[in-house]
This record gives sequence, structure tokens and C-alpha cells, in this order.
Amino acid sequence: MKKRPRYLKLFIIGFLCLVLVGCASIPKGFLKPTEGYLETRELQMRQYDTTDEKQIITSVAGVLQDLEFTLDASETELGLVSASKKADAVSKGQVAGAVLLDILCGSHNTAYCDKSQVVKASVVVKPSLDGKKMVVRVTFQRIVWNMSNQVSRVETIKDPEIYKKFYDSLSKAIFLEAQKI
Amino acid sequence: MKKSKIFIVIFCVLFLAAGLYGCATGAGKAFETKESQVKLRSIQTRAFDTTDKKKMMQTVISTMQDLDFVIDKADILLGSVTGSKFLGNAVVSMTVVVRPRGDKQLLVRANAQYGITSIEDPATYQDFFVALEKALFLTAQQVD
Repeated sequence: MKKRPRYLKLFIIGFLCLVLVGCASIPKGFLKPTEGYLETRELQMRQYDTTDEKQIITSVAGVLQDLEFTLDASETELGLVSASKKADAVSKGQVAGAVLLDILCGSHNTAYCDKSQVVKASVVVKPSLDGKKMVVRVTFQRIVWNMSNQVSRVETIKDPEIYKKFYDSLSKAIFLEAQKI
Repeated sequence: MKKSKIFIVIFCVLFLAAGLYGCATGAGKAFETKESQVKLRSIQTRAFDTTDKKKMMQTVISTMQDLDFVIDKADILLGSVTGSKFLGNAVVSMTVVVRPRGDKQLLVRANAQYGITSIEDPATYQDFFVALEKALFLTAQQVD
């Protein structure tokens, strides 16, 4: 008589675990703007005092080429250019640390060091609300692979330095285009 | 007599295992949906009282960018915009298609995938349309 409730308890706990595991698969609310989205917008956007959409979009393509990106797709009527770039991701510090750990502990940390990355860029050019300026917004993502060729990290790039570098190059390119260089 | 029975049982189990193993790679699984075609359309589609397709597509793009998506492709003729974003270690990819409905409206349909799972949850799409509404200053209307 005493044994029965115990089985029942185990069964209920097991069942609850299964239900919880089932829940975890798809997170909710990922199509809701996050709190910091206005700051992100500010980081990714710049305005240019011109109404010449064609000039800006050719400059954007030029800058992406300057930064050694390959153009993947574009829809000029919507002002969209998307591009990607494969690059080295080896960090000497990380490798040195891993080698040291491997020697000391006999582990295989070097296999999990970053090896290569693909950076995706997508630029959208459109007129501002009052129609007197052009608004450019760029977004970057990257996928990192480790030494065992596994994806080790995926992320949206939010480093202000990277965006600043892009827009510095774009300002230069717009000047160069204007001078027909 | 007992030995032969055991052999038959083992044979049957092996046969079943082999049969099940053969089943595992059906392409049909990729075409399965949990919801009915009609219900899925109503979850994923909204109508807006505007006919400016280009402006609608530009707003879809900026809304997706606000939601951290990187826009991969777009086509003004099809009215499609495709983008992707990362959520932890999973990739969320989404396609939005804008097309005319009669002379006075535009239909906007969104399709999202989380990793290898298609999103069929109405609330998730509702979140997207709420964000789009705000950017457009227009009301999203449910389509029957």
C-alpha cells in the first residue's frame, strides 16, 4: 500500500521533466523589439546631406569592396546591398593560452580555438522622412569556426568601433565618387 | 523447439529494426505542417490600407533591422524580403512577402523559422505585426 504513492511521485516528476524539456525548444517573443533597439539604430544609422540615392548606393558598394567584401545580393530600387567576407579569426593570445593549458593539463583546448569567420554585412539606403537627406543603415553579423571546423560562436556585431570605421570609409568614398576618382 | 522460437523472435526484431531504420529518411517530413494551410495563412498574414508597395517594403526592412535581423535578399517584383538573426546559438530566418490585395490594400505575410523548426505560434507573428504597425502608423487587419 505504501509503495504505490512513491511510484506515482516518480512518474509525476518524470512527466514534469518531459513537459519542461518540451517547452524549452522555441523561445517566445523573439520578434518583439528589445529595450535597446533605439540605441542600436543610432549606432547603425547615418544621414547624408544629399538626395542622390544612386551616388550613395554606388559609394556603399565601393566601400564594401574597399573592405574586401564580396557582394552577394542587391535590390537597388529598395536601396539594399548585402555582402559577406571570409576572414581569419585566430587570436594569438587565445592559442597561446590553450597550448599552455594543453601542456599543463593534457587537455585538447587548441581544438576549440577560433580559426576562421564569415562576416555578413547588409546595407540599406533610403530617403529620410522629410525627403531631404539619405539615410544609410548597416548591420553586421558574424559566424566563427574553431580549429575542429565546428561553429563556435554566432553573433550580431555591436562594436561601435566597427560601425565608425565603416562610416568613415563611406564618407571618404562619397567624396571620392564626387571627385570621380 | 525452444531454440527455433528464440531464433524466430530475434529474426523478427532484427527485421523490424531494419525496417524502421529504412523509414527514417523520408523527404515527406520536410513538407509537414502542424497547422492547416488556411489557419497558417491567417496566422501569418495581415492586410494594410495602403497601396505603396515600395514604402511598405522599406518599412518591413527597417522593422526587421530593429528586430536585429540582417537583410540577406530582397526583390521588389516579388515583394519579398529575407533576413536572418541569431538567438543564442540558433539561427532565426524570416521571409516577408508584400503583395497587392484588390485596389486599396496590401497583404503582408511573414514566415519565420527557428533553427530547423517552423514557427507556427500566432503570438510570435502578432509581435512582428505590432512592430510593423507602429512603424507604418497603420492598423494591421486580420484576414479571413
